Amino acid sequence: MDKIRESLLKPSRTSKLERRGKLISLVSLSSICLVVIAIFIFIAFRGLATFTSDHVSLVDFVTGTVWNPDVEVNGQPLVGALPMITGSFLITILATALALPFAIGTALMMTDITPKMGTKILQPVLELLVGIPSVVYGFVGLTVVVPFIRDVFGGSGFGILAGTFVLFVMVLPTVTSMTVDALRSVPKNYRSASLALGATRWQTIYKVVLRAATPGILTAIVFGMARAFGEALAVQMVVGNAALMPSSLVAPASTLTSVLTTGIGNTVLGTVQNDALWSLALILLLMSLTFNLVIHFIAKRGELKQ
Amino acid sequence: MANTILKTKDVKLKYGDFEALHGIDLSFNENEITALIGPSGCGKSTFLRCLNRMNDLIDGVTITGEFDYRGKDVYAEDYDIVELRKQIGMVFQQPNPFPMSIYDNVAYGLRVAGVRDKETLDEAVQTSLKQAAIWDEVKDKLDKSALALSGGQQQRVCIARALAVSPDIILLDEPTSALDPHSSRQIEATLLQLKEKYTIITVTHNLQQAARIADRTAFFLQGDLIEADDTKNIFMNPAHKETSDFITGRFG
Repeated sequence: MDKIRESLLKPSRTSKLERRGKLISLVSLSSICLVVIAIFIFIAFRGLATFTSDHVSLVDFVTGTVWNPDVEVNGQPLVGALPMITGSFLITILATALALPFAIGTALMMTDITPKMGTKILQPVLELLVGIPSVVYGFVGLTVVVPFIRDVFGGSGFGILAGTFVLFVMVLPTVTSMTVDALRSVPKNYRSASLALGATRWQTIYKVVLRAATPGILTAIVFGMARAFGEALAVQMVVGNAALMPSSLVAPASTLTSVLTTGIGNTVLGTVQNDALWSLALILLLMSLTFNLVIHFIAKRGELKQ
Repeated sequence: MANTILKTKDVKLKYGDFEALHGIDLSFNENEITALIGPSGCGKSTFLRCLNRMNDLIDGVTITGEFDYRGKDVYAEDYDIVELRKQIGMVFQQPNPFPMSIYDNVAYGLRVAGVRDKETLDEAVQTSLKQAAIWDEVKDKLDKSALALSGGQQQRVCIARALAVSPDIILLDEPTSALDPHSSRQIEATLLQLKEKYTIITVTHNLQQAARIADRTAFFLQGDLIEADDTKNIFMNPAHKETSDFITGRFG
């Protein structure tokens, strides 16, 4: 009797193991959270210094069109970030919009039209596209896309359009593979129900499959936009890096990321120039946060509809 | 004497090298309910899906034999498969309404057939829902998602959806196996009403259900059709030992 009593009261080996496992997971989780929070605080602290210690007004920063932190006018550095914000958004939206039809088309080939060829050929191709380092994309963009644009549209070739083309190729695999997931998650019996009602394959795809997959496809779009918005190197290589309001798609421009990568090595920590870059980083961070929230929102609404 | 509307002869079906149906000769009469029964994996659902060529969607399936539907071979080269599926509708085992409103679900078949006229659609939706005996339950929420309905209601919406295109034959693949007994009885009552206007072929696991609703019953076993006869004969006086063993629950 006492033996059973004792074994019940004392934690067993397995329950100790369980507790240890729980502890390890908890430590890993909390340290990751800590790092993320620390990064947030650090960037916010640095990014806000522009406004607190350098006394730049937030409105001037967001709406100003001249970016020249070395020059002071009326005691205020010229740090208008609008050209970069515009550049970033333009490239992101154009690249994703361009990629979307290709992504949906490719994804449909892989799921509904020729699933065999899709898994045999397209899947590896997509995975390969993801694996190519961004500097290689940038390099190809620099040697192929930029001269091409120069010949066709005139100008130097550098600019938003070149960035769009390069980013298009870079976000395509992300958007496509997520669209494929969305289409695959549409129950097969929707397709058979539609076909059994005398719908053609195209009608089935258009009226049932795509509609049922819409939340997933929207998520794919936002993921693609997040990737495009944050891409630095490849864009920086082809965008021209002129911190000017883009007057046309083929005029040299800049993005938040490209200004950051070109500028961050040339400034000293704590100076106005450096603080201004941190403010750009803060905008980037806030934007990716927004993208994440949008994704969560879409996912939630998608669940409700099901 | 009832009219034969659909007749199959020596139907064989292979998944790759595996022959799942070994030559089925079966005919179906107009305005009757025919039940296909048999143990799991006997090929009854596979056979059913041959009738509206749903098996075409599966890779590596080869089907041979004759399918005479109102004098025309369903598997003929020039047979319009879209037209065929409008004539021979299907209701599946799992209720599978589209993630749309009840109205859009029922109107779907007509819309893909090019019907745009609002009045025609309204009328067809109402008639089909009434025929499927669900109108009273959903008439106030036609614009609500069909997914919010209970399983039995969903299945009757699916039946209404199949009826809306005014098919000639309705195929049902174990339409009540995913439903509770009460919903099943409602579906059965619906089917009995529907046979006035339609020819119904149903696969069922439930022998009592076959006995209750079917005019004729066909017993499948391991890819063979053992016998097909009036339901009464199958249950009271089967010609084959396998049939009586199955009916009395000795296997399956």
